[in-house]
Amino acid sequence: MVPTKKRGKSGSLSQLIIPLTALAILLLFNLIRDPGFYAIKVVTNNDGNSVLSGNLISIIDSASALAIIAMGMTLVTAACGGQDISVGAVAAISGAFFVKVANAGGTLTIGSVILGIVVAILGTIAFMMFNGTLVAVFKIQPMIATLILFSCGRSIAYWINGSATPQLISPIIQAMGMTIPGIPIPTPIFAVALMAILLGLVFKFTNLRLYTQSVGINQGAARLNGINPTAIKLLSFVILGVCVAVAAVIGVSRLGQLNHKTLLVDIEMDAILAVAIGGNNLGGGKFRLLGSVLGAYIIQMLTTTLYAMSVPPVNVKAYKAIVIIIIVVAGSPVIKNSVSSLVNRIRTGRKLSAAKGVK
Amino acid sequence: MKRREPLTNTQLLMSIAIGIFVVMYAAAMIGLGGGFMKFQQIFDLLNDNAYLIIIACALTIVMIGGGINISVGGVIGLTVMACALYLNGTGIQSWLGIITTLLLALGIGLAFGIGQGFLVSYLEIQPFIVTLAGMFLSRGLTTILSVDPVKVTNKTHEVFYAFRSTKIEIPFLGYTAANGNLIPGKLEIGAVVALAIVVLMFLMLRYMKLGRNIYALGGNQQSALMLGINVKRTRFLSYVISGLLSGLAGFVFLMHKPAGNASVAMRSEMDAIAASIIGGTLLTGGVGNVIGSFFGVMILATIQKIIALSPLNESWWQDMASGALLGFFILLQSVVLSGREKRRAKASAAKAAVLKE
Amino acid sequence: MQNDAVLTMRGIDKQFPGTRALNKVDFTLRKGEIHALMGENGAGKSTLIKVLTGVHEKDGGTIWVEGIDGEAHIHSPQEAQNIGIATVYQEITLCPNLSVAENMFIGRTEGQVVHWKDYEKRTTEILKSLGIPARAKQELGSCSLAVQQMVAIARAVDMNCKVLILDEPTSSLDDKEVAMLFSLMRDLKSRGVGIIFVTHFLEQVYEVSDRITVLRNGELVGEFAIEDLPQVELVAKMMGKDLNDLADLEEVGAKHHETGEVIYEAEHLSSSEARPFNFNIHKGEVNGFTGLLGSGRSESVRAIFGADRVTGGKVTVKGRNVKISKPHDAMKAGIGYLPEDRKKDGIIADLSVRENIILAMQVMKGFFHPMSKTQMEAFTDEYIKALSIKTASQDTPVGSLSGGNQQKVILARWLLTHPEYLILDEPTRGIDVGTKLEIQKLVLKLATEENMSITFISSEIEEMLRTCSRLIVMRDRNIVGELKGEQLTQAQVMKTIAGGEQ
Repeated sequence: MVPTKKRGKSGSLSQLIIPLTALAILLLFNLIRDPGFYAIKVVTNNDGNSVLSGNLISIIDSASALAIIAMGMTLVTAACGGQDISVGAVAAISGAFFVKVANAGGTLTIGSVILGIVVAILGTIAFMMFNGTLVAVFKIQPMIATLILFSCGRSIAYWINGSATPQLISPIIQAMGMTIPGIPIPTPIFAVALMAILLGLVFKFTNLRLYTQSVGINQGAARLNGINPTAIKLLSFVILGVCVAVAAVIGVSRLGQLNHKTLLVDIEMDAILAVAIGGNNLGGGKFRLLGSVLGAYIIQMLTTTLYAMSVPPVNVKAYKAIVIIIIVVAGSPVIKNSVSSLVNRIRTGRKLSAAKGVK
Repeated sequence: MKRREPLTNTQLLMSIAIGIFVVMYAAAMIGLGGGFMKFQQIFDLLNDNAYLIIIACALTIVMIGGGINISVGGVIGLTVMACALYLNGTGIQSWLGIITTLLLALGIGLAFGIGQGFLVSYLEIQPFIVTLAGMFLSRGLTTILSVDPVKVTNKTHEVFYAFRSTKIEIPFLGYTAANGNLIPGKLEIGAVVALAIVVLMFLMLRYMKLGRNIYALGGNQQSALMLGINVKRTRFLSYVISGLLSGLAGFVFLMHKPAGNASVAMRSEMDAIAASIIGGTLLTGGVGNVIGSFFGVMILATIQKIIALSPLNESWWQDMASGALLGFFILLQSVVLSGREKRRAKASAAKAAVLKE
Repeated sequence: MQNDAVLTMRGIDKQFPGTRALNKVDFTLRKGEIHALMGENGAGKSTLIKVLTGVHEKDGGTIWVEGIDGEAHIHSPQEAQNIGIATVYQEITLCPNLSVAENMFIGRTEGQVVHWKDYEKRTTEILKSLGIPARAKQELGSCSLAVQQMVAIARAVDMNCKVLILDEPTSSLDDKEVAMLFSLMRDLKSRGVGIIFVTHFLEQVYEVSDRITVLRNGELVGEFAIEDLPQVELVAKMMGKDLNDLADLEEVGAKHHETGEVIYEAEHLSSSEARPFNFNIHKGEVNGFTGLLGSGRSESVRAIFGADRVTGGKVTVKGRNVKISKPHDAMKAGIGYLPEDRKKDGIIADLSVRENIILAMQVMKGFFHPMSKTQMEAFTDEYIKALSIKTASQDTPVGSLSGGNQQKVILARWLLTHPEYLILDEPTRGIDVGTKLEIQKLVLKLATEENMSITFISSEIEEMLRTCSRLIVMRDRNIVGELKGEQLTQAQVMKTIAGGEQ
């Protein structure tokens, strides 16, 4: 059931048409509905620091965890041709590691927090390697393989901490989740930028993009060029693990506590959605991280727009669904073929009438 | 004497599932005694999981055809809410009220089935995304209908309440209570419906052209096309059936717990998938059967019950057990299949030069 | 239309953008006859079959089928099936997860209910009458490939087909299975079914066919009764040579005689696809593997490169023992490989021309050493010019290039790695004549000037004779000869390929 791949123009721009169009429509919609929507003000927050505030800031800020996970999900999708639905549950595990280590000494210090982050990343990678091994070595489909951690991940998180909702009260945590005193932009946004930069550096100084795309497009041919598909697939899961850990730390810091049941709940679905909206092929192959990140912001903007229109939070899902359907229908191969043949017919029609005109 | 055919993949996996269920249950009977020694325990498991049995069948059918449907839980939630509101709001107190509610439930399921089936089969959009949207839509519509939980009680719809409270009594499978009274086994109507659905779907998959076409489609889509099967229509119908069954499952759920709220049947789609996998259905398609999925549900339910009754009663143990169980069966599938594949690989390798254009 | 013909095709034309696949081809199939359809690559065999089975629409000509009044117009595989033309392909077109009986009847029964007992009974009868060793209730996937094919044939026969097309049916069968298949074919013959047997296995053609039709470059070379066409003549016709002329042709070329060390040696090398063989090549030598399509040439070189699963053998590179179990090992040992199937194994379709060209070189440089954009662009430019690759730009996805240009991209990819031993499997397939010559010259240049060892596989003998100093001849998966020096003439090569009675 692989849709026929349409050969786009030279690379990147054509793939971004869908997310950019969706973004443009949303921006326009809000502009018309309420020009004040985009206002950015400088306000003073509870601690007396000046911070930027406004819908735009809130959107970009709230979407941070999703954007980061979407980046990792893009890689796994590209290399393995499937999605990891356990990211939310594994995020709970990351959060559990983080909280346990950060709290270990009884008080939170910069040192314990940093250690917590490191342990969270390493622990998450370990769990992601479980997924990766099932997919790359045992050749199990990603969605099935990750169903296991999806089922029991949150319970594992609970077990790690041994109690329901450990708290993290400290100005350090607050700085991580909200804003660092003196910096008007919320910290999570920096985290997204940092991850983007890190991944960018990885792409610049290694062949990861080339290998991943090759494996995703034609695993056999990739192998005949000396690439090791199993290693690449495992690596994609490792990177996703790092992304999940960072996102979890952001999520925990924002709330100041870890609730293993609700931390980043349902984020896997949103992440897969972001990857799809970003114009990436869910069956693997070429990818654009930028597309997925845009997808994440589009999803968040949609949610925020609906809130601004006084739609109750629980109803947002329904509207999300409709937007998703519109986007994927527009991107479906059948529709694309119909549209292009229609365009062709118009063109040849014009040529014919032009020829007739000459006669 | 007729020689029996070696087990097919699906039969083998299903047999393993049944075997494990029997072993597990026996262990529970020995280890935990008490409630497990009564037949009522099985009836309770059936009563509590009737809706899950039905959507496990739905998922199995779609998966045999090579697809997936993760909207089933959401459709159940929507159906329960819609029916609850309808029952409470409608003036039709009689049996007619119950029938129209059933029609409403089936209608909702049918609508989702047709819509999703169309998008997947005729517009060729990936089923995961389509049914993910279906899940969002149904959950969203549930809360749009009502943010607060809606209960159907004796007062709001007497006939329905009486209907749902009816239990089928099976005297010879009962137990003797402490005071010496013989208490017959009690089975809810919903459980009977679920069992009937398993039988019906089994018959459909085995004896109806549509069922066999679904197997063919999942086995090798290209071949199915060349063999003259209408692949698009078959795939479409498999989703329609899954939608219809979701609606029915919602009605059954309503009978068991007559209250609609936002988290009805949350994540049950994953349980249904897990049950199907445990019962021998392959996500790749072409292999699966509803009897196995039924036992898959029973295994999951039994494990949960065992944990609930054991000293380990914490919700996180349940999840771990489910996860471990699923992991075990996934690896089992992988091992069993690759073992069989290796033996066939020699025969199937078509490595000579192919006729080029 | 002849009285005893079940199928007559006259003057069939088929044009694709850029090539004329079929040019006024005639084909006649008589009742109860096994008719082999033969031709090398690009001959038009598969196009003719596709026209007959409704996959392609013919541009000209007529088709008559027995029992149909007037011309037959076939627009789809379903239509072909309806008028009695059945095809059994090399890839199984049945469902392995269903039973044999079910595969026999699915898709063509009336009514909604499946009558298992009925199907199973009828299937058992059919299987018995055709001598197929399978049970009705057996899962098709558990049968060997040979039996699966026979079940597909049984289905066609049960549908009362008049014309049965067998497309490369024996490619993956062992001798016993081939014998089984042939006895089934003879059975069908006696029932009056006309069989079109498309294959490249020479010996098999002579074992079971009544007539042979030879195509070359989209044109009909001729139709012959089997007894009128000795093997050597068949090979000559397929390759477009007149046997009488051959004796006069002496290939004179700048043949490079190898000097120096043995750069690669394999002893009893075997893989999952190749039978154990010995092979060696010297520094600066150009050797060739020749033989008809499917004779085992590609499988042998894939074993050398580690592309298939290596199951045994000892390999030395420049005197040192090396273990080559995967392509990366071979690349590290200085070996490069241009695969035969460029679509499946060669190009990474969605990636750009540039990315495809630098890929192997990049892998050899290592994961942590990506080449700079300027480097990549420079290399790509160099080879686009050197090989005259027609592409809109370096960034064009390689999948949108024509077949010939795709081939050049992959050739560029391996040339860029400057291997010590380069394996080229059908490098000139689908390339225009001018470039073919350039590639041959390039091969000689690499061998003489850079002392590169090259293995050259081609179905065109002149090419090989112009470039190779040694030819290994294969037939039906075995090495049947090695020709050097004076033996390197067209006549001798073809005699060795054909084997059989002279």
